[in-house]
Amino acid sequence: MPTGEAATDIQPHSGASSVSYVGATKRYGDSELAAVDDLTLEVPAGEICVLVGPSGCGKTTAMRMVNRTVEMSAGDILVGGESVRSKDAAQLRREIGYVIQQIGLFPHRTITENIGTVPQLLGWKRDRIRARSAELLALVGLDPDLGDRYPAQLSGGQQQRVGVARALVADPLVMLMDEPFGAIDPINRERLQNEFLRLQAQVRKTVLFVTHDIDEAIKMGDRIAVMREGGRVEQYATPAELLMAPANEFVEDFVGADRALKRLALMRVSDIDLWEAPLATVGQPTAELRAKLDAPDVEVPYPLLVDDQRRPLGWLSERDLAAPTVPERPDSPLGPVLDRDDVMRDALADMLQGGAQYAAVTDAGGAVVGVLSVEIISEFLVSSAAKVDEHPAVERPLGAEGSDD
Amino acid sequence: MTSPTVFAAVGEVGKDFFKERTTDTLPCQSTDKLFCWDWARENFDRYETPLRQHVELVLISVAIGFAIAFALALLSHRHRWLRPPFLLGTGVLYTIPSIAFFFLLLPLTGRGRDTAIIALSAYTLQIIYRNTIIGLDNVSKSAVEAARGIGMTDRQILWKVEIPLARPEIFAGLQIATVSTVAIATLATFARGGGLGEPIFGGELGIDFKTNIIIAGGLAVLLAAAFGLLLLWLQRLVTPWRRVETE
Repeated sequence: MPTGEAATDIQPHSGASSVSYVGATKRYGDSELAAVDDLTLEVPAGEICVLVGPSGCGKTTAMRMVNRTVEMSAGDILVGGESVRSKDAAQLRREIGYVIQQIGLFPHRTITENIGTVPQLLGWKRDRIRARSAELLALVGLDPDLGDRYPAQLSGGQQQRVGVARALVADPLVMLMDEPFGAIDPINRERLQNEFLRLQAQVRKTVLFVTHDIDEAIKMGDRIAVMREGGRVEQYATPAELLMAPANEFVEDFVGADRALKRLALMRVSDIDLWEAPLATVGQPTAELRAKLDAPDVEVPYPLLVDDQRRPLGWLSERDLAAPTVPERPDSPLGPVLDRDDVMRDALADMLQGGAQYAAVTDAGGAVVGVLSVEIISEFLVSSAAKVDEHPAVERPLGAEGSDD
Repeated sequence: MTSPTVFAAVGEVGKDFFKERTTDTLPCQSTDKLFCWDWARENFDRYETPLRQHVELVLISVAIGFAIAFALALLSHRHRWLRPPFLLGTGVLYTIPSIAFFFLLLPLTGRGRDTAIIALSAYTLQIIYRNTIIGLDNVSKSAVEAARGIGMTDRQILWKVEIPLARPEIFAGLQIATVSTVAIATLATFARGGGLGEPIFGGELGIDFKTNIIIAGGLAVLLAAAFGLLLLWLQRLVTPWRRVETE
């Protein structure tokens, strides 16, 4: 099956537009509490902005005001500097991609016809629609042969990819995604999230992404707006800022007590200073190695055996070192080997899983660049917790508001 | 078109129609057989006209009924408060006994095919209307939401999403309505509407001559089955996505 890479011949899209909320307000009837109250927010072109918050916080309403599937009561929203109210609603919506949780594919239309819906509304020629649909199928990583099937013949994950393809087909300036992966099982959700991020790196759309899941927000967002009841934004920041310095108690609560751990999901192994292990090669006299280990600034107490291309083979134990030269088969197994580009959270999980204190880290060619230890990670967590403590958490009475629902 | 001997006057239909008559001249009488093959072979062309009339009655009535019921369904889809009165109205029409219906129409439209068609169309309304609104109701809400969200106008949503997706129910309604109209149309003869009802109720051959009644009744049954199958086939033809769902 082709992957996103197969579609690099896709025209780089005409671009993306910024989205600016200017005091946008939605009030239902003459209710006292606004669903969205005086929202002012700037989403730069080409970024993913996640609106996150507990249910009833107005995040979906805020998103839907952009394509006017919910009409504002007051204020305005500008897309590329132009008010969304300056156009006919249906016309506006054809220029804005829309993906919903329930996917909403048309059961009576084939996949190709589903993807071609907006082009058809825009009056494209039949051939152009077919070609573009096939292009989009490849872009979202689906076999173009699926084009003649009906939605019911596809799995949930495949259907949601088609939903994304349908939203992207007419090269929208902005995409709205309302809990797009919410109904997908966790394993496929993760895949779809990764695929979408890869896709976004190619197409660079401005994306408004609604979710109630803070982990998804941290993963997907270039910026995150944490919202609470009444559609108020409590904090609008990058994921790292949000985790390091929650603006207030509500955000801190919503982000969760494990926010230091969550930061690990935002880092790669190469982002941290690795330790250096004494390297050993087969046949090397062990006296040399013992001398290295006795040096005062040694960080890793075991030599790492590597081949002539610095690829790790295993750790040498005390018994190995007792022999005159380094043996071909080291006593202790190699344990986990990490790639420099691995996500830190996954790296930690690998080490815990393998019961390893140390793990060799390699570059793309497989050569050792350093050693990651559980100690490095815990030091990092302590230091980032210290930063968080610049905004000390206040002791809260029981039943305090703002649970993450 | 109709046989005047049966319908001296509509008011006398019952008396005239069910009167015992002599059928000496008819074949097979003496042998007292239920079905007379020789006669059937020789007289089969007798049924051509009633059969054609019957098909016409059914097609015209269902077409008119469908046009009205479909329009009512679309109207009450946009304006939901219209549903109860429409359901009640078509329901009341549906409950009127057919022969009574013909007689009620007599002062207005007289005797003949038009009267029969008005009554037969009226009977189809309830079934087609009800099925159409159920079909429209069953359309996936997320498909409609997506349709609106990607820029379809209300009219486009109706014609490109809602009506196509309601086709299974609409065709099911048409099928029931058509098959039942084939049956009810046999009573059109009481309004001098022609059709297979004429030979079924004896006609000039009388009710004792069973061969005639069996042929005419059999044709009506076959016609109903043919229409039923045709509509089933049409339904499958216009809902290709449903076949793959059950695969």
